Amino acid sequence: MLKDIFTKSKKKKYATIPSEAAKQDVPEGIMTKCPKCKKIMYTKEVSKNLKVCINCGYHYQMNAAERLQSFLDEGSFEEWNGGMVSKNPLNFPDYFEKLEKDREKTKMNEAVVTGTGTVNGFQVAIAVMDANFRMGSMGSVVGEKITRAIEKADELSIPFIIFTASGGARMQEGVLSLMQMAKTSAALKRFSDNGGLTISIMTHPTTGGVSASFASLGDYNFAEPGALIGFAGRRIIEQTIREELPEDFQTAEFLLKHGQLDAVISRLDLKEKITTILDVHAGGEVKWLEN
Amino acid sequence: MVGELEFERPVIELKKKISELKEFTKSTDVDLSSEIEKLEERLEKLEKEIYENIKPWNRVQIARHPDRPTTLEYISHLFTDFFECHGDRNFGDDEAIVGGIAKFHGLPVTVIGHQRGKDTKENIRRNFGMPHPEGYRKALRLMRQAEKFKRPIICFIDTKGAYPGKAAEERGQSEAIARNLFEMAGLRVPVICIVIGEGGSGGALALGVGNHIHMLENSTYSVISPEGAAALLWKDASQAKRAAETMKITAPDLKELGIIDEIIPEVKGGAHKDVKKQSEYIDQILMKSLKELVKISDEELVVHRYWKYKAIGEYSFAAEYVKVN
Repeated sequence: MLKDIFTKSKKKKYATIPSEAAKQDVPEGIMTKCPKCKKIMYTKEVSKNLKVCINCGYHYQMNAAERLQSFLDEGSFEEWNGGMVSKNPLNFPDYFEKLEKDREKTKMNEAVVTGTGTVNGFQVAIAVMDANFRMGSMGSVVGEKITRAIEKADELSIPFIIFTASGGARMQEGVLSLMQMAKTSAALKRFSDNGGLTISIMTHPTTGGVSASFASLGDYNFAEPGALIGFAGRRIIEQTIREELPEDFQTAEFLLKHGQLDAVISRLDLKEKITTILDVHAGGEVKWLEN
Repeated sequence: MVGELEFERPVIELKKKISELKEFTKSTDVDLSSEIEKLEERLEKLEKEIYENIKPWNRVQIARHPDRPTTLEYISHLFTDFFECHGDRNFGDDEAIVGGIAKFHGLPVTVIGHQRGKDTKENIRRNFGMPHPEGYRKALRLMRQAEKFKRPIICFIDTKGAYPGKAAEERGQSEAIARNLFEMAGLRVPVICIVIGEGGSGGALALGVGNHIHMLENSTYSVISPEGAAALLWKDASQAKRAAETMKITAPDLKELGIIDEIIPEVKGGAHKDVKKQSEYIDQILMKSLKELVKISDEELVVHRYWKYKAIGEYSFAAEYVKVN
């Protein structure tokens, strides 16, 4: 029919042009694209490289399980207080629902995993925060688990290593969250006075109440390349001082430049370098001193 | 009246009316004493009603009142021989924090506190009571000195928060706060902290690790300002009033949460109505605290402080959970 001819030709006027976003999108799973250098790589290849871009060295965020797996000796991890869960002390609307959702998503009970394991044979107490769970925010459980891990390290006389990743205090637990800063810091002070070794490794992002407590209190403070680390948020600072901030503001490299870190360490070298520190602290036999 | 707050307007208006009537009776022969008496009765009731059912948001307003007494004002009323010490011996002197030595009823002490300005000029000098790292480091220097000479430490908390600025970040705002929490936990002298105005987040806590923590009745202590909380939670800073209630930031809230030791009562309508009287209220509690704490040994003071903070937080244990491997 004549009518059909018209519709057909009309249809032909449309052409599907992929949008810019769609063009750059890489199917999830097999391939992954580096957010920094835009190189497209096999996801497997990146995972094998400890989630560090093969091309430019960009550090993807790691979750707690990946971190433990990559940092500790295989099969050495034993979790502490894994079942500790939050209450809702302020009766905050939707708090439990939000926690439940993140539990589903991350397969974790809270934003930090604590326990013990070995690093090239050296036994350590370890705490790994996970920014995927409520942005790694610190409420009562995070504060208590970290405190208990420090106390246990003290009891066992082993070093305490913490990987931080947090947006700061957890709003839904209000001032109780704030007080966790004091609690964890007090635990570190006691541990330190007893001669305990604390190593803090700040990963992306470490801000607010976490950067202003245990993250900054290591005998050694390190950070991963490119990690955002700071007390106040960039936007708040820009609004307060009414000037634009340099691009590298609050990055690990910025902190190193301003004397706030011992070193910025690539994830690929991390285990080895931390082992060196553990080894130096373990002492050892020194024969020549005896005569 | 300058600086009156919206919620207390009925009281102020009634007061005005009474004084007008009193003036009027003075100038004429008409006897209005029974009317005045009635009105005064009503005023008493109204004051009770308004000041005893004070809402969290009203407390926020009182805590932020421009005439709210500052650290230095309380120091002048509570202590003798106050001698201010400046500088962190490293970078500079941050006037958003003041500190020094003094005597409290004859007892040598170290006093430290956030210091706001009372007018624009002073506020600029004092950076609105929002410290930089050197402020916290000065405070820590004075605390260590107090420990050396075995003086109790009294901290007044009154800040919106640590200053969010470029220079502050460069000089390690995070580290400065963290260091104070760490070192305060180990001080071998009594530490008493009193929140006198706004206790804003980590910037407040950095002077706040004590054996006793007290709060003035209308002061606040919170992890974030009500405006900030509203913006984060509901993407709407105008919901601050609601946030002030939800976030539990008032002295009665913190008492209930088991964080503070004593609520220091305020004079009717807020501390700014009578600084002298307010200082007397603080004096009483401070004396009580010191009497208790000076009896405790150095080591026990540290242990006491440890358990005070260790006890804060609410959690439980799930029967079943997925193990991380």
